[in-house]
Amino acid sequence: MYHIISIKDFERAEIDELLDKAQAIDQDPGPFTSLNGRQVALLFFEPSTRTRMSFASAVARLGGSSICVDSVEGSSISKGETLADTVRVVSSYVDVIVLRHPKEGAARLAAEFASVPVINAGDGAGQHPSQTLLDLYTIRQSMPLEGIDVGLLGDLRYGRTTHSLAYALSNYDLTIHTIAPETLEMPTSLKDELLDRGCEVVEHDDITDVINDLDVLYATRIQRERFPDAASYYNVAESYRITPELLENRKEQMIVLHPLPRASEIDPRVDALPCAKYFEQARNGVPVRMAMLEEVI
Amino acid sequence: MPEEPKALLIRPIRDGTVIDHITHGEALTVLRILGITGTTGEKLSIATNVDTRIAGTGGLKDIVKVSNRELSKEEVDRIALIAPNATINIIRNYLVVEKIGVEIPRYLRGVIRCTNPGCISNANEPIESAFGVSPNGLRCHYCDTVISSDYAQHII
Ligand SMILES: [Zn+2]
Repeated sequence: MYHIISIKDFERAEIDELLDKAQAIDQDPGPFTSLNGRQVALLFFEPSTRTRMSFASAVARLGGSSICVDSVEGSSISKGETLADTVRVVSSYVDVIVLRHPKEGAARLAAEFASVPVINAGDGAGQHPSQTLLDLYTIRQSMPLEGIDVGLLGDLRYGRTTHSLAYALSNYDLTIHTIAPETLEMPTSLKDELLDRGCEVVEHDDITDVINDLDVLYATRIQRERFPDAASYYNVAESYRITPELLENRKEQMIVLHPLPRASEIDPRVDALPCAKYFEQARNGVPVRMAMLEEVI
Repeated sequence: MPEEPKALLIRPIRDGTVIDHITHGEALTVLRILGITGTTGEKLSIATNVDTRIAGTGGLKDIVKVSNRELSKEEVDRIALIAPNATINIIRNYLVVEKIGVEIPRYLRGVIRCTNPGCISNANEPIESAFGVSPNGLRCHYCDTVISSDYAQHII
């Protein structure tokens, strides 16, 4: 049985194959029938409306039906019951389990107890492979993944999307630029891992140093609660804000991505620029998740 | 001349396992890892801070003798993290029939607790903690957290 738990479990060739599959799905007008007569449980133990809707849409487009259990029902399910038991029981109702859970490693555990394939839709501060795959997919729509300069901007210490993306990018021959405020830099253990994997990593604290060299700028939220007071937060948020002025001398093929929802990281005036790909990125969640579902069934 | 007190410190056993050259001060932790609690029935002799001439030990070691139980290599390898120089002697009828060193296994189950409070292995689930062992330390099978020092503090 095949599960999708962590991007770290993927070889580069497997990532490429999944992205190719997503592309084929994207270009095919359908209708799709691979999930005809099959049911998928969307077990969401913490709220994530977008991820859940995106999976539900992917299931429906493949001709399947989904049973959603959201965080409120999820918490009553989990009352007094282990995740292991929940997963064993739900396995007997459905053909695939999509799991979102606040504890890191929850999807790995679920896969050990499930008798059907498990897809990780985010586990706490841990892995979120569907997000990473759709991020890669969106970059690949604009340019090959080889030889490019990718800037990761924002909270690189706690932000899990950037951690898995950085790891996935280290499969390719490219340069990662980290752009993070003091105290929110990428953890040393991750940086070492990227270097070990032969990736070039360049650290910056000022975005203006590097913006004109980037092919991809991946922005993430900087959360207010990471800062001791409002003033220091606003200072940082302001100096990391992406504006049309900042992007004036960007490379021609450069694109701006963001996992959304955004706060003030990206000026809404950027939306009109051709480099703004974050809504496209959100849309890509559906074909990528369709490809993941097809992969596991 | 009275017998030298050192010889009385820990008596030979007839059958069982002697774990020698334990890093000094770790004998009780070793027993905990092996699941030998004093209520589990084995007859135990424990000597701590025994003189040793082996270099790099600070001149001291601990010894544990477990009567009437032959520990398997798999069991004792679990102590290798905190007592890497330990040797295991299997005793039958007062004779050492087997003498082996400990090796850190490639995979450690149920020995170390993950330091990440958000890790599923610290929740109430029917699983043992699990770590992959590499030169950089121990990597949690569930959440990827790496523990690279102070192993003894994280023993379950
Ligand atoms: Zn863990």
